[in-house]
Amino acid sequence: MKYQLEISNITKSYGDLKANDDVSLSIKGSSIHALLGENGAGKSTLVKIIYGSLMPDGGLMKWAGEKYSPKSPFEARENGIAMVFQHFSLFESLTVEENIILGLNGVGLNENFTEEILKYSKQYGLDVNPQQVVGDLSVGERQRVEIIRCLIQNPKLLIMDEPTSVLTPQEVSDLFVTLKKLADDGCAILYISHKLEEVREICSEATILRGGKLVQSCIPQEHSQKELAEMMIGKKLTELARSNISVGSDIFSIKNLSRKSDDMYGVHLHDISLTMRKGSIVGIAGVAGNGQDELMELLIGEKSSSSGVLNFNGKDIGSMNSHERRQLSMFFVPEERLGHGAVPDMTLDENMLLSRPDSDGMTSNGVIDWKTVTSFSEQVISDFDVQTPSSRMLAKSLSGGNLQKFMVGRELIRKPELIIVAQPTWGVDAGSANNIHQSLISLADQGSAVLIISQDLDEILSLCEQIHVLSEGRLSDAVDMNKDGLEKISQLMVGGQKS
Amino acid sequence: MIKLIPRAENSKAMIILSPIIALTLTALSAFVIFLFILDDIAVSSVFFTLFAEPLLDSYYFSELLVKAAPLMIIGLGLSIGFRAGIWNIGAEGQYVMGAVAGGAVGLYFYNVEGFWLLPLMAIAGIIGGMLYASIAAYLRIKYQVNEILVTLMLTYVAVLFLQAMLQGPLRNPSGFNFPESRMFHDSAMLPIIWEGTRLHIGLIVAILLSILAWFGIKKHMFGMQIKITGSAPRAAKFAGFDDNKTVWYSLLISGGLAGLAGLFEASGPAGQLTPGLPQFYGFTAIIVAFLARLHPVGILFSALLIALSYVGGENVQIDYNLPSSITQIFQGMLLFYFLACDILIKYKVVLFKKNN
Repeated sequence: MKYQLEISNITKSYGDLKANDDVSLSIKGSSIHALLGENGAGKSTLVKIIYGSLMPDGGLMKWAGEKYSPKSPFEARENGIAMVFQHFSLFESLTVEENIILGLNGVGLNENFTEEILKYSKQYGLDVNPQQVVGDLSVGERQRVEIIRCLIQNPKLLIMDEPTSVLTPQEVSDLFVTLKKLADDGCAILYISHKLEEVREICSEATILRGGKLVQSCIPQEHSQKELAEMMIGKKLTELARSNISVGSDIFSIKNLSRKSDDMYGVHLHDISLTMRKGSIVGIAGVAGNGQDELMELLIGEKSSSSGVLNFNGKDIGSMNSHERRQLSMFFVPEERLGHGAVPDMTLDENMLLSRPDSDGMTSNGVIDWKTVTSFSEQVISDFDVQTPSSRMLAKSLSGGNLQKFMVGRELIRKPELIIVAQPTWGVDAGSANNIHQSLISLADQGSAVLIISQDLDEILSLCEQIHVLSEGRLSDAVDMNKDGLEKISQLMVGGQKS
Repeated sequence: MIKLIPRAENSKAMIILSPIIALTLTALSAFVIFLFILDDIAVSSVFFTLFAEPLLDSYYFSELLVKAAPLMIIGLGLSIGFRAGIWNIGAEGQYVMGAVAGGAVGLYFYNVEGFWLLPLMAIAGIIGGMLYASIAAYLRIKYQVNEILVTLMLTYVAVLFLQAMLQGPLRNPSGFNFPESRMFHDSAMLPIIWEGTRLHIGLIVAILLSILAWFGIKKHMFGMQIKITGSAPRAAKFAGFDDNKTVWYSLLISGGLAGLAGLFEASGPAGQLTPGLPQFYGFTAIIVAFLARLHPVGILFSALLIALSYVGGENVQIDYNLPSSITQIFQGMLLFYFLACDILIKYKVVLFKKNN
């Protein structure tokens, strides 16, 4: 079998850190090859080297048998390598066609590409309307636009960075059909992901990186999901299980919450109701941008609600700010880490003070006791295995996963009676995600209520006993998993979406 | 090739070294400029007059302190707002309003003796500055009007208001129609703390205020609120801080302190209200605050440095007939190099050979 891309012994260091240490991998033509690894394993570095935006310190690459050392992404594209990034780069105010043309070299906006777009759209089941404005498209549709933009350049290798993290289950299976078809037509695909189930479903080979080094190249179907995960993190995973489900009395309720968004592009919330009981883990599933941010603002208390809507332990908390809510033992982890849950330019110690209740000794009458603050942050760092030289590091210097562990830990050490977490493991590696999940479960086991708002359906399914779906600002009733199951959730997720 | 690489942790060494590097670069640049503009005068003697004489001669040194005091007080107030991302650049206007309000109280009680008069004038000065700054706070909160524009434009209004007052109600009745107030009587004048000079108690107040500000910023949640609001407004909401209150605090504190400095100037070195009261201290204090990286104790030193440039600048103007813009060039270079060198705290400079 001929290899489309061969990489041998690639090394790349940043200072003392070896981001890629002697990494080799070979991608066959017409195959879907997975690149697996935790955050910081060196996946991005390797991909950037392939795509020409980074130069390796050592090693060799061959493209279709010829020596290959791209000096820029432009050169990589000339060779037939295309990439769909995790964060899309589309202009919202332009049409699909205009966006696609802008991605091409030497083509004017006045040229007509409608035919061409529709051709790819039909051939690969990438349903888009070239004349539609991108701002009106769902996330899944935007991704299709990105893919077509790549396909139109006839790539021999398509790199996809975490493509399914923002898609509904239906969109994921549509994407897989497209990818399989592409591979059959001769295009190699390098598929970066940490979702092992998907990798086992569509990838014929997988290369696993850990700490910049190559762990193994294997055939994913020959290993269980758990084995793959353990190869990725280099240690055993704990099985998630509740040791004590004893659901108690009602602790938190939302009653007919409606709110018009102040933001032009925001989502209006309609008549949301939810009741949570002590010791329960409740999940709100849904695709991003369906009202999660707006709901979270109201739950945290960054915006106030009218009276009689939010009730915690018999108290009306609608008009309380977040600090007052924390005094009652409600704690929160927002989705956005830098700039919302943490201040990037402040140390971890200082960030500790963001979510303080008044009673913990960190402050008295507003005067800060830095010693106590430091002892709290050191406790979080050690209990939640946050990788950092000290609590005096700036929040922005931590990797996303580490900062997430810190933020979740910061709230969990308060032993909250209710914790509301948005995207608890977003961008967090498998090992840490496992830890965070385990600690949320043990909190619930001890009788606290846990509310998880997440786009990651697997996460919701594995943790929550009661699942709701948020779509277009409306919250579904709890889904009966025994009766309706995944199909119903999928339906609800897409139900309100524009198509 | 030179490349800047972000550091994981701020460099402790550079926090101390960067001002020294900046000062050296400023001196070097000044040297080069003097080489060009001086024909027959030795650069070294100009340097001496500019930088050394104000420190060595006791009269000049006292004048340096007199000029530093208002810069310290205004700079402290501004630095709090700047930390919160509230850009009050109209301290000059609040300074004038404080002088008018406090001065008016002093004139109202003309020739009334009493220890209470000066504190009363100080309070009036603070309130005058606060009220004037609160216009910007109100407009920002109520109508999202940018406080930079409001405070800046109100500065010119304040200066005109001062002139109107001096031609109207506050004019000296026996002053031959000059637009000036009466000279304040003794009870309305600041105590002198260095006999035989104009150095007044304002310097001590400035030092006390700096300690208070240091405590508020480093040891109190107030400082955290200011800092968090300034660098991550959404995180401030997450923490439960009211952003409107932060706007009020910032503008009231900076306005109040500018007002106090204005009153100190009127009842100290000036001894009366005159049209010459506004001396751009309110604007220069912005430089002072940033030179000190908004650090409350650092502001004491940066104010001394800027005051040095004022006194030294005036001296070279008199002694060598050099243009008055020397002072501004010098202040501009200082700020430029300080801000530039601060990059070194957060970034590492790496030299590398260009590939291929």
